Amino acid sequence: MTTLVAPQRSPGVAVPRRPLPARLAWLGIAVVALVLVATASVAFGSRVVSLHEIVSAFTGAEDGIAQAAVRGRLPRTILAVVVGATLGLVGTVLQAVTRNPLADPQVLGITSGASLFVVTGIAFVGLASPMAYIWVAIAGSALAATFVYAIGSLGRGGPTPLKLALAGAATSAAFNALISAILLPRIEVMDEFRFWEIGGVGGATYDKLALVAPFLVTGALICFLSARGLNALALGDDVAAGLGERVARTRLLAATGAFILCGAATAVAGPIGFVGLMVPHACRLLVGVDHRWLLPCSALAGATLLTAADVVGRLVARPSEVDVGIVTALIGAPFFIVMVRRLRMRSL
Amino acid sequence: MSAGVLTSTGVVAAGRARRTRRWRLIVTILAIAVVVAFCLSLMVGRTFYGPDEVLRVIAGQKVPGASFTVGVLRLPRAVLAALAGFAFGLAGVTFQTMLRNALAAPDIIGISSGASAGAVFAILVLKVSSAATVSVLAIVTALATAGLIYLLAYKDGVLGTRLILIGIGIGAILKSLVSYLIVRAAAWDLQVAMRWLTGSLNGAAWSRVLPLAVAVAVFVPLLLGQARNLDLLRLGDDAAAALGVRVERTRLVAILGAVALTAFATAATGPIAFVAFLAGPIAARIVGPSGSLMIPAALVGALLVLVSDLIGQFAFDTRYPVGVITGAVGALYLVFLLVRTNRSGGSL
Repeated sequence: MTTLVAPQRSPGVAVPRRPLPARLAWLGIAVVALVLVATASVAFGSRVVSLHEIVSAFTGAEDGIAQAAVRGRLPRTILAVVVGATLGLVGTVLQAVTRNPLADPQVLGITSGASLFVVTGIAFVGLASPMAYIWVAIAGSALAATFVYAIGSLGRGGPTPLKLALAGAATSAAFNALISAILLPRIEVMDEFRFWEIGGVGGATYDKLALVAPFLVTGALICFLSARGLNALALGDDVAAGLGERVARTRLLAATGAFILCGAATAVAGPIGFVGLMVPHACRLLVGVDHRWLLPCSALAGATLLTAADVVGRLVARPSEVDVGIVTALIGAPFFIVMVRRLRMRSL
Repeated sequence: MSAGVLTSTGVVAAGRARRTRRWRLIVTILAIAVVVAFCLSLMVGRTFYGPDEVLRVIAGQKVPGASFTVGVLRLPRAVLAALAGFAFGLAGVTFQTMLRNALAAPDIIGISSGASAGAVFAILVLKVSSAATVSVLAIVTALATAGLIYLLAYKDGVLGTRLILIGIGIGAILKSLVSYLIVRAAAWDLQVAMRWLTGSLNGAAWSRVLPLAVAVAVFVPLLLGQARNLDLLRLGDDAAAALGVRVERTRLVAILGAVALTAFATAATGPIAFVAFLAGPIAARIVGPSGSLMIPAALVGALLVLVSDLIGQFAFDTRYPVGVITGAVGALYLVFLLVRTNRSGGSL
């Protein structure tokens, strides 16, 4: 019997605390990188727009095709930034709450739960308003996460990264079959769903953005407020409880924040995997393991990553495009494999 | 004293004989159930044909109506269902035994996705139309996928846990590629898409049955020849080696056989969800702790596919592909695992 144990670089212990100037410098670099990719996202597309034309679109100095292209790409860019930041936060919180370095909304099957609930709502309850989709997606995320965590905790050894990943994969497969069962007799729902299912930010509008904004702000606030509690959780439940942390409450609160974020992001952009997996690991190397630094850094890095992935997806397949969910899977799954190879396996 | 030893040996021998009889009885019952389900799927349909008519068609006589419906439509479908279920069941239990994990079926750890990706690529990108060529490509990609997973999992030897996790990562890449290819395909063919996403028996024809039948004839005896060694591997590598098992050789033969069966079956029907995953655990519950699981699991797989296909075709208003039904069964099984919460016997 072999089991997996958390790596030495598990959220918390072994990484040395970075000096304050270094952390500030990395946050600054992350901001600059985000601005750069956001500019690129506005500039590149089937028509390349110059910097001068971008500026003029904002100031309203000129009005032409280039300026119209910029205005058309703006909501998409904002959505990519917002969803990316959200996924970065979700990944960080999930990894801290489950103390599992492989946690990610897609790996754990949470996004498939959101999809299943939205599809069920559309098909059986006659759900029609986008606002209702968001609520239902949040409920689906929470239930799927609980389900996967419960299955992954069965048997000896509790919820190891291996069992959680397997439970997530099996649950996704089962949910996807149920989604097919619901969709097959309803061809019109299916036609819309098959594009949403891959995960993309192409269909962004200001209306959609305004709709999810309150959810994203609430979820992000909850996550930031639990930063200190997450630091305590990293020490292990017993130590955290000994230090006076109310472990169950912290976990519940942080997870609720993550579910709100994950459900809302999935409702507008479809299931996008692996951003939440990669970003926290990279950020831990940059700013250390203190969640008060890690969470903002993850948000910035997630936004940068997803926007960059969207730009890449638009550039490689011009004039068509590769959906951002595919690009993140293609970058993220190899990262996942490297992570697995670095995990310390212990034979019992 | 010696009399006591003799009696106890006698008791052990009697117990072993009783268990063997029980095992044979179970296998016989399962085989009869498969035959019954097979005959039912020949008789039941929009028009019902009695056993006598079905038998006459199989014997090669001309029966008006039945010759076409049973001989051309139902017979290849039923044979394909039985063979694919048999192959998936045997491959699944082989992986589960070898990796000592009940969730580690080939469809969860990416092998089926490899076959699927190869077939979809062949059909949609290379525009291959012959079923044989598609099968060959699916098999090549499945073997390549398995080889890649094995290589990536290799680091001072191959650990089951690492192999499973890396398989999940590779599976994620391949699944996103399959959805991308299908969504971007010029003509959205629901039947084709469903076949490669969840598995379906629609469009079954003898040309698709033949390669699978050959594969079953070759690889099933190969795997069954390793049944004893594989069962001993459950005790752990060291114990098995001490009992005279050539561990690496057994593992290699088992992987080769199981991957080949998965690949051929997937090429014929698509990755029928959860059959490989479910067959082993169901067989284990029926057979109990003693006795080989390989043949019972293969029979359970065949039964699952035959019965699920009947349900999918006729139980609802919509005709569901078989993979949707087996996927729903899989979801139920996961819930059952949760509800049972048998902590003492939990070996997830």
